Amino acid sequence: MNCEIRHEGDAAVVVLSGDIDLESSPGVRTALLDCVSLKSTVIVDLAAVTYIDSSGVASLVEAFQSARKGHTRFALAAASEAALRVLELARLDKVFSLYATVADGLAGGH
Amino acid sequence: MTHAALTVPLREAFDGEPVISFRLEASAQRLRLARRCVREAALACGCSEESARDIVIAVDEACQNIIRHAYGADPGGDILVDIRRDADSIIFNLLDFASPVDPQRIRPRDLDDLRPGGLGTHFMRACMDEVEFRPAPEGAGNWLWMRKKIHKSEDEQQA
Repeated sequence: MNCEIRHEGDAAVVVLSGDIDLESSPGVRTALLDCVSLKSTVIVDLAAVTYIDSSGVASLVEAFQSARKGHTRFALAAASEAALRVLELARLDKVFSLYATVADGLAGGH
Repeated sequence: MTHAALTVPLREAFDGEPVISFRLEASAQRLRLARRCVREAALACGCSEESARDIVIAVDEACQNIIRHAYGADPGGDILVDIRRDADSIIFNLLDFASPVDPQRIRPRDLDDLRPGGLGTHFMRACMDEVEFRPAPEGAGNWLWMRKKIHKSEDEQQA
């Protein structure tokens, strides 16, 4: 798993890649919560995620809830087929803001 | 009794034709390797890519439950993963050697209750056709049995 953070003004783009599982999700959780506490917008790029489990989804939910409390905009973008399947299983595809691209997410468009 | 001693009687206890059986250390660091083994076994049994992906999710979550809830604060145990098939299904038997866990405590949470965690059991049930916690054989702690009908891809069905 790799987690890169790109700063774009007051927004952060968190680019996740590889398998997000029980081993790697604690690092993802920390990165997401840090970004949410520091930025007004956080976009999570899931294009290169090859696998995500319930612990990875829990990290996204926790960051989403933290963002909501702090009035930070939190969205997911470019979800891979593997990521989308798990989000659908958890019915979170209806809860998170999901954008087709990172650019759409940053613009807040569709 | 160790897991090694259990292996022979379990061949008779488990239903279906053996595909592969392996044991792994119950740790987060071993899950990636387990996922790869399970995926290859599912594909070898004729499952489609989509079906194999769902099977991997279910078995991975089951292993996580064992790591987090069965072994919990007492890590270092093993998980035995036994994969079998019958006429139209692939069957997974997962055994651990921790203290028995009350199956009533292992329930999926309400998906409308948005909070981190509690999704693993829901994923297992959503991805498999049948999931049962069976009485563990002597020497084992917990036995999880899961079955998935083999769904072939459209290309394979037409071939």
